[in-house]
Amino acid sequence: MLITCPYCGPRDVSEYTYQGDGNRTRPDPASTDQEAWNAYIYDRLNPRGEHHEIWQHSGGCRAHLKVTRNTLTHAISSVGFARDAGHRKSDGHRKTGAQA
Amino acid sequence: MSPRRAVSGGRIDRLRTIRFTFDGKSYTGHAGDTLASALLANGVTLFGRSFKYHRPRGVLTAGVEEPNALVTVLIGSVREPNIPATMLEIYDGLVAESQNRFPSLEYDVRAVNQLGGKLLGAGFYYKTFMGPVIGPLKGTRFWMFCEHFIRRAAGLGRAGMEKDPSRYERMNAFCDVLVVGAGPAGLMAAKAAADQGARVILADLDAMPGGSANWSDETIDGMAAADWVAETVRELKALENVRVLPRTTVWGYYDSNTLAALERVADHKLAPAKGEPRHRHWTIRANAVVLATGALERPLVFPGNDRPGVMLAGAAERYANQYGVMPGRKLAIFTNNDSAYRAALALKKAGGEIVAIIDMRDDISDAAQEIAGKVGGMHLTGHAVIGTEGGKRLGGIKAQRFDARTGALSGDPRNIPADCLLMSGGWSPTIHLASQAGLNPVWSDDLQAFLPPQATQNWVGAGGFNGSFATAAALAEGYAAGLKATGAPAVDADLPSVDEDGLDPRPAPVLEVRSKGKAFVDHQHDVTADDVRLAHQEGFVSVEHLKRYTTLGMATDQGKNSNVPGLAIMADALGKQIPEVGTTRFRPPFAPVSVGSLAAERYGEIKPDRLTPMHDWHVENGAAMYGAGLWHRPMIYGLPGETVEQAYIRETKTVREGVGLVDVSTLGKIAVQGPDAAEFLDRVYTNMFSTLPVAKARYGLMLREDGLALDDGTTWRLGQHDFLMTTTTANAGKVMQHLEYLLDVVWPELKVHLTSVTDQWAGAAIAGPKSREVLAACVTGTKVDNQALPFMGIVHGEIDGAPVMICRLSFSGELAYEVYCGAGHGAHVWEVLMKAGKPFGIVPYGLEALGTMRIEKGHVTGAEIDGRTTARDLHLDWMLSKKKPFIGSVMMDREGLVAEGRLQLVGIVPLDNRPVNGGAHIVEELHEDSPRDSIGHVTAMCYSPTLGKYIALALVKDGKARRGTRAFVSDPLRKRFGQVEIVTHHFYDPEGSRMHG
Amino acid sequence: MAEYSVFSLLRNAFSGSPDWKPAWRKPDPKPSYDVIVIGGGGHGLSTAYYLAKEHGITNVAVLEKGYLGSGNVGRNTTAVRSNYLLPENIRFYEHSMKLWENLSHDLNYNVMFSQRGVLNLAHTPAQLDDLARRGNAIVHSGADSVLMAPAEIKRLMPGIDISGTARFPITGGLMQWRAGTARHDAVAWGYARGADRRGVDILENCEVTGFIRDGDRVVGVTTTRGEIRAKKVAVAVAGSTGHVMNLAGIDRMPIESHVLQAFVSESLKPFLDTVVTFGMGHFYVSQSDKGGLVYGGDLDGYNSYAQRGNLPIVEEVNSEMLALFPSLARVRVLRSWGGVCDMSMDGSPIITTGPLPGMYLNCGWCYGGFKATPASGWCFAHTIARDEPHELNAPFTLDRFHRGILIDDKGVGSTPRLH
Repeated sequence: MLITCPYCGPRDVSEYTYQGDGNRTRPDPASTDQEAWNAYIYDRLNPRGEHHEIWQHSGGCRAHLKVTRNTLTHAISSVGFARDAGHRKSDGHRKTGAQA
Repeated sequence: MSPRRAVSGGRIDRLRTIRFTFDGKSYTGHAGDTLASALLANGVTLFGRSFKYHRPRGVLTAGVEEPNALVTVLIGSVREPNIPATMLEIYDGLVAESQNRFPSLEYDVRAVNQLGGKLLGAGFYYKTFMGPVIGPLKGTRFWMFCEHFIRRAAGLGRAGMEKDPSRYERMNAFCDVLVVGAGPAGLMAAKAAADQGARVILADLDAMPGGSANWSDETIDGMAAADWVAETVRELKALENVRVLPRTTVWGYYDSNTLAALERVADHKLAPAKGEPRHRHWTIRANAVVLATGALERPLVFPGNDRPGVMLAGAAERYANQYGVMPGRKLAIFTNNDSAYRAALALKKAGGEIVAIIDMRDDISDAAQEIAGKVGGMHLTGHAVIGTEGGKRLGGIKAQRFDARTGALSGDPRNIPADCLLMSGGWSPTIHLASQAGLNPVWSDDLQAFLPPQATQNWVGAGGFNGSFATAAALAEGYAAGLKATGAPAVDADLPSVDEDGLDPRPAPVLEVRSKGKAFVDHQHDVTADDVRLAHQEGFVSVEHLKRYTTLGMATDQGKNSNVPGLAIMADALGKQIPEVGTTRFRPPFAPVSVGSLAAERYGEIKPDRLTPMHDWHVENGAAMYGAGLWHRPMIYGLPGETVEQAYIRETKTVREGVGLVDVSTLGKIAVQGPDAAEFLDRVYTNMFSTLPVAKARYGLMLREDGLALDDGTTWRLGQHDFLMTTTTANAGKVMQHLEYLLDVVWPELKVHLTSVTDQWAGAAIAGPKSREVLAACVTGTKVDNQALPFMGIVHGEIDGAPVMICRLSFSGELAYEVYCGAGHGAHVWEVLMKAGKPFGIVPYGLEALGTMRIEKGHVTGAEIDGRTTARDLHLDWMLSKKKPFIGSVMMDREGLVAEGRLQLVGIVPLDNRPVNGGAHIVEELHEDSPRDSIGHVTAMCYSPTLGKYIALALVKDGKARRGTRAFVSDPLRKRFGQVEIVTHHFYDPEGSRMHG
Repeated sequence: MAEYSVFSLLRNAFSGSPDWKPAWRKPDPKPSYDVIVIGGGGHGLSTAYYLAKEHGITNVAVLEKGYLGSGNVGRNTTAVRSNYLLPENIRFYEHSMKLWENLSHDLNYNVMFSQRGVLNLAHTPAQLDDLARRGNAIVHSGADSVLMAPAEIKRLMPGIDISGTARFPITGGLMQWRAGTARHDAVAWGYARGADRRGVDILENCEVTGFIRDGDRVVGVTTTRGEIRAKKVAVAVAGSTGHVMNLAGIDRMPIESHVLQAFVSESLKPFLDTVVTFGMGHFYVSQSDKGGLVYGGDLDGYNSYAQRGNLPIVEEVNSEMLALFPSLARVRVLRSWGGVCDMSMDGSPIITTGPLPGMYLNCGWCYGGFKATPASGWCFAHTIARDEPHELNAPFTLDRFHRGILIDDKGVGSTPRLH
């Protein structure tokens, strides 16, 4: 399975580490809402189909990626930086580097 | 000349004679022969014994789908079992033997299994062997008694016990187009793609590319087909953008158009050439794939179809045309389709006598009729073979009038003498790879075969693979596929001309003839047609159940011959059509793949060795090394005659009384830098780090998100925005991943940068009352007295020209310093420290002494931070800041993590003053005969020279409350029992006065 | 229904037409049952069996979306053991072991449970202590365990490399002699036949497409073979748990479904009598009665329902086999396949009433469900029949994760793929 890292291009799955469900929102560090923390840590979407996941390019640039991948066919439909997936817009300088 | 070698013809090199041995007997063959063709040429007909019944077996096929002729090759003390003789190219000095027979192939005692035939039908073992419910053989004992004999009788070839000296290599390849199969279709595809400028890899599992053209009688572009392919291959090889890989089986189609292939680099030689691996494991990443893998012939199912001398018609054609071998002198043919007529022609040309062609169809094509006339012999249409005879080799066949529409036999059977029977049940496209990368295959009633499925990856098919068996069609489809694979538009290309024989590829929809006697579907596993019907009777009707219940298709040939006939019989029993019964999913590998090739360079070296810069010094100075994960670390530096215990006691004493040096380079080290570094550390550690002054270090504890202890270490503040974090050796990677995740996914707004610097810094800890004096003797550029370098302080200086960073922190509890320098200086700095320490009696110490001192102090390590303990369990409550939230601060208060009865850290003193090992359990009441009710376990143990007795750390239920009470150590595994006292884990210098001096 | 025995075998062998009946009927679905068990794998079938046998509840339907046993029960590497670390797990799996020991008789079907031992190897002194901790825990919980020295191990399996030149030399091992292997298909078929004989309807090719609710309560299911109602609906679908719970409106679970690959080699003469596991990587191997080496290792490491994985694990697992048995380089991999493993947040299972009224849940088996088959069904049947867990499965709640009551054998926390 190949995942196209925005920095490094298409790389084999063995270069990546899976970090699971990318649909979770971590509570604010100061939050004392135990239920929200429990939900964040333990309750996962686990779809048989399109999934939004976090993968780390641990064998390469070490960036965390938000990947949309079908868990039944393994087909990947989108890859982006995890840090851009949130509220924060991409800085200009974060555009890459090496192209595929 | 060998008795069955055709006088002329074949693509072997008759000028090169090869000498080989089979079952102890010497034979000769020619270069280009396989073991099967050479043995057939020598008149050998008995090649093996079947799995269950040990029936005599001849060779059935001429290729990778061979179920019967499996041999073991012996090379020195190395043996390789289960090699199909049809794939083994002979070489001078080849030593091969048959398998699964005792004492010999000719006389196998286990053939007696055949007598149990009816008893040993499919699934018989599920219905018996349960044994009695009472008595000495109750429970599983009876089954295991029977199983002992079953296991000894089972198995095909025997694996060796010697390590294989061969080298296995891994190759990564990238291409625009991978063409699998170098028959006419594949060659044209490669040509078309190459002409477009694409990077092409062309792989074929045979030694000689060309596929079926190598044994065809057709002419292509006016040349013999085999000559045309040879010429085409030459042209392709000359192209810079084409790589031709013969002897290469593409066996796996994985995600993202990644395919795995096995190249048998040296299996056709006695030994690999210099620098050559035995096998190459290819990972090929192709933009597009052309599957031109052709088709495999099916046998027919009729009684006696397993007798040596019965083989596939296409195989016989190949033996005659490619190898110049006559599998028999008087040949009969039994077929449901036209292709067998081609074989008849080839065998006749090679010098054989065609005694009969038995075609189950009433109406056959004109082309077939013409061939029948040419080859002579009986031509019995509307007939079927209903039996064979001859013991270990075919002597004759029995044929009878047969109505293909109803399956009815009529009239009188007739006996026809023959020493070879060629059978053809039609052809199944070789769609295995397509099935790995596609949906369900599509049944064709016309061809009575499964056609390729809809693709789920980027491949296109051509030729026999598509069911286009005619060479002209294969050439055209191949060319079109090659173009499609490059994305080029289709054109009307100038294709080579073929003189077609006009035969009709469509078979009669009959694969079985039912008559008296065992009719085999899966030859290797001895699965008969009746077994399939038995599965049906017992309700195992889905194709997967059929396979698992009868073991049909689970032999080394993976059902290449047996799948469709098996389905046909089940469909018939169900009164359904074959596609309704279904088809099994094909999985990698297409053909068996050596374990060695998959290990490749990891064979013999599965993981890297991680060595510190001081490694050589340790080894040269008597260190006993052991593994800590991938690292090699010194356990002790034993003096001659010392036991391990004596060594670490001596080292510990010397440190506590004088000075010692230990290599701590393996600790995880992470540079945490940036304006928000301090804030970040406050979030990840339980205690405060933003308040840490520059040039000071602090012990830190990290929790997991779920509130359990993750890791501990010290973090040094080197500058306002510059921290060096250390972690335990084992958790370095885990902590790094944890921190990176937080910065990249959770808090991308924090301006912090992380760099793993574990391998960049060498670290040596110098410890003991004299440690300061040693440093003073060799450190320049900075003072090291108590004022300049207070407890937990950091200074920068030099040791003999090497820049060093020194932090005064202590794991041992003594006055101690950690001296860090660039890894390149590590060995040198270590040696200078040892030299400076010599007047003070410095010793190097290892992990045992390090462990002893930390046990004495009650410091926790990975043995206590085992992923199930909390900070409170380990008495690190004081580290849990109340001033700020931190990772795990809310989760750690959950009911389960603060409940009573949790394992808590304690000290253990065995009252009999004998060791209690790590892993021993603690109990309130001792029951040596039936240990029970464990309340905890020992995490680490040592003899404490400081206290003069054996002590241990342990995790015990409600440990805190049990201090001062007595309990027992209960270690049934090492037979250690005894009374112990539970005490505080701070055995020695609980106030830490010695470190603060 | 014919009793199976060597006598019936002989009788049928010599009669002209054997009277073997189908191992289980293929009835049409009834409109309602007392209990529906969703999942016709090992656990679903054993649940139905024990509902009938232990609790007299026979008006039961087992719904299987494909053919019976097409999930993990037919795909696993067949090890059966109870050598866990934590007491809750040891007790549960030990109960399973005791059921295994008489299972063939119970079912009148030879499941070929062979107690030839499971050996876990250690490669450092610290690892040996860890094994001892677990071994002692096992003994203190009433099961069996012994330590073995390298020389003993070599005698037991001559092909193993105990030399000091191995990358990870063997320092010893933890052996559970009563553990071993069983024939996976036989377990599914045996339970199916046993349940069927007692009146349970096994409905294959019957996929659940939704749940029928009466308010909050689950009162039935919609399937590809029509609507079926029941007072109690039990879910035992392993890797498909997330998907099925989704149909019930529960879109988040403490489960991730991962692909696990497994392999079998060509058939060999006896080479290895025991199940062996590697200590410096996740790898296990045994030899089946037919002679193939059955082996596997780590998960691929990402969510998948595809029942297939990728090359890196294929390479890693085969390298690990050679690290233990270097002579096997010349042996060939014959088949590879994959299953879907429901990895839970602490590596231990969930067998509970709920989470909705009328529903019962059995999942979270990670890659260790096969050995649990008898006890899982036995406990689940109890839970369904009595509307409360048995003592043995009482710890395996769904809410334990939130409450911080973790049963974490591996100690790796809330990262499912590491369990």
